Amino acid sequence: MSDSLSKLEKRTAYTLVLPAVLLVFAIVLFPIFTNIWISFKDIELKDIRIPEPRAKKIVKSISENQSELKIIYKLRNSSLIQEIRNVEFQDKFPTNVSPVNLDSRCNFKSKKIVCNFGNWQAKYRENFEIIIKNNNGEIIDKKIIKSQKPILSGKADNPLLTTNFTLENFKKVFYENNFVELLLTTFYFTFFGTVGAIIFGILAAQLVNQNIQGRTYMRGILLFPYVGPVVALAYTWTLLLDPNSGTLNALLVNFNIIEQPINLLGQKYITMSILGFEFKLRLALTTVIFFEIWRYFPLAFLFILARLQAIPQTLYEAAEVDGASPIQKFIHITLPQITAIISILFMIRFIWNFNKFEDIFLLTGGASGTRTLPINVYQQGFAVSDIGMGSAVSIVIVMLLLSFMVIYFRLIGKRANEV
Amino acid sequence: MKFKSLAILLIISSFFLTCILSIWKIMATLQGLSFTILNIIPVFLIGILLSLAFVLIGNKINHLMKIFSLSFVFSILYFYLNEVSPYWYILGVFLITLFFTNKLKKYSMQSLKEDFISEKIIFDFITLFGIVFFAFVILFPFYIMLVTSFKTQIALLVNPLDFSLDFTKSLTELFKSYFVIFETYSFGRYILISSAVSIGTVIVTLLFAIPAAYAVARLNFFGKNFLSTSILIIYMFPAIVLVIPLYTVFSQLGLRNSIFGLLIVYTATTLPVAIYMLQGYFKSIPKEIEDAGIMDGQNWFGIILKIIIPLSLPAIASVALYVFMIAWNEFLFSLMFLDSPKSFTLSRAIQYLSGDAETPRQYLMAGSVIVTVPVLLIFIYFEKYLVSGLTAGSVKE
Repeated sequence: MSDSLSKLEKRTAYTLVLPAVLLVFAIVLFPIFTNIWISFKDIELKDIRIPEPRAKKIVKSISENQSELKIIYKLRNSSLIQEIRNVEFQDKFPTNVSPVNLDSRCNFKSKKIVCNFGNWQAKYRENFEIIIKNNNGEIIDKKIIKSQKPILSGKADNPLLTTNFTLENFKKVFYENNFVELLLTTFYFTFFGTVGAIIFGILAAQLVNQNIQGRTYMRGILLFPYVGPVVALAYTWTLLLDPNSGTLNALLVNFNIIEQPINLLGQKYITMSILGFEFKLRLALTTVIFFEIWRYFPLAFLFILARLQAIPQTLYEAAEVDGASPIQKFIHITLPQITAIISILFMIRFIWNFNKFEDIFLLTGGASGTRTLPINVYQQGFAVSDIGMGSAVSIVIVMLLLSFMVIYFRLIGKRANEV
Repeated sequence: MKFKSLAILLIISSFFLTCILSIWKIMATLQGLSFTILNIIPVFLIGILLSLAFVLIGNKINHLMKIFSLSFVFSILYFYLNEVSPYWYILGVFLITLFFTNKLKKYSMQSLKEDFISEKIIFDFITLFGIVFFAFVILFPFYIMLVTSFKTQIALLVNPLDFSLDFTKSLTELFKSYFVIFETYSFGRYILISSAVSIGTVIVTLLFAIPAAYAVARLNFFGKNFLSTSILIIYMFPAIVLVIPLYTVFSQLGLRNSIFGLLIVYTATTLPVAIYMLQGYFKSIPKEIEDAGIMDGQNWFGIILKIIIPLSLPAIASVALYVFMIAWNEFLFSLMFLDSPKSFTLSRAIQYLSGDAETPRQYLMAGSVIVTVPVLLIFIYFEKYLVSGLTAGSVKE
């Protein structure tokens, strides 16, 4: 009895889970494997459509005689690079209509024209003409002829499914792509974006966790950048920071803080001198990092706040009795309570920042030293239209991500579980 | 000891006052007032005087009397120190000073003797400063977005600091950018598409996620643990690595430029987090209630429909809102999959608008306001649900 029940339970579980699993598999896991496949192929954006034969039908009268019509089929191979083999062509006609002087490649049988056009090279084009006439000399209705669409078929290789592989893409990724700089930029962006977001998150959570008026409103406001649509926010920032008529530069110039407007998003380096030491700062990248911090510190804030509110007040009261200062309370009570959530947040944000595409794309498009790995996927795949190369960069991203996860779980994961 | 605390109080409180007044001045500058100096040092110095006077007067006069008279004197001093300024600006200064002196209430010569008073002062004012700072930094871009949509490109190029709105203009004149983007750039259509995609994603995601989450939460089956850990790992997986394969496959299947294709992708990418959030909630429902259902001869379908769903409506609502916001805000896939303006979502349409350098910025900002307002409204209205959903998703204590 219980055995059959547990069998039933299993069967139900699988039917309940299966749709979701299949969908996620098709859209998330399958593409990751496809990526591996594509990354070993020499394939460009224009190659990905399967070539197909196409025909456009034009019907024309040839004389006063309405019982005769000329039909022009504009035939072409849709692909610019691949041939189509054994192209077959079919078109139907009304009763009593038959072709005159039919092309030798075609047959007319039971109201149907069937043609065998053989192989079409890439870019193949032909204007194929036939003349039809009504056997009884009656008028042929153009509309009926026109409404009948020809059927074409042919065999072509799906460029994605061929089995010629190459290591060329990976060679290009590592040797012809400024790979080291790309990697450094990505890490710089990821690391400072993550750390900044967490620091501001701690500060904001510490603020809101105190007894101040209107703290629920404050919590809501602090989350605005996180819930707002990235497109709107990024363009607002672009406007704010614009060197020509952006508000920020205009304000700074107006109050004589700077003399010349600074192109915060379009300048790769800025030379700063602090205490006589001159150094070059990656300006556009730093600006993008600040946007990133602005947009994502709310998430860190929210989690840390939730944790802070769970700390029992008695701990603080006991510390008060012992005569602890506010700083001591923060260091000895608050910090140990939030280290676990900070380490989880660090990993989540590190991984997400590592893959961040939209923010950088919308702010700078990857120019002025803000080219990170995800931006490079887009540039290779869609701007240079080298799909294979873009895939190879994606694979590099996946490999790096997997290694982060392994390192994280080895180092911190165990401790985080204990807390 | 006392003097050290007093010095700290004077410096840090005056610093705080200077910051708020500078922000007020910046905001006033953006209304077209032609200030050119921030006057930080003089304001800082009279701020110190103000705090000093406050502490020295102590309890000798009634608190209200004290703050009103001090703020009044401060505002007059400020008025003479500054460039010519209209009365509403000085009124603002007066109100800010009033707020500030009221915050000083708990400090007197007596209280400065307490333990750790200097640390407490620093903490207090850093808190105040932090709140003003965060509120300003966060709201300022939203403010600029909103007011830019009511200005014109030419006016902003002439004076990029004048965001004052001319209310003497007719409403149609004021809202011109909004009319233009609806009429010329057919934003009405994009709003419909975005809504359809987002609501569709919510419905389909819930249809798939509720049964799956129930199975993960309640039933025993082989591979359950594997499934629940892989849900999280998949959630961490980056969209950017899915883009190229999905683009190629969707091109071959003819799913690009179709709302259906977008819907599938959004559903699949939000499913893991939806299942994760829901199963956490389902686990908290007492099992006895379901056992009663089984006794009544319900099958699992009936249990989900008649017991689980009605009991977990708040959780389902928060997942639905969360998924809606993800789908509404999504940009990467809509950029990749949609090239025909006929099938654009709002985000994609705004990005398309910006691609043309000739597009005046007020149209861009009007579009941004249109895409931002619904999410912010939903968020403000349902904040409680969303926040609890967000945190329940990841913080397991």
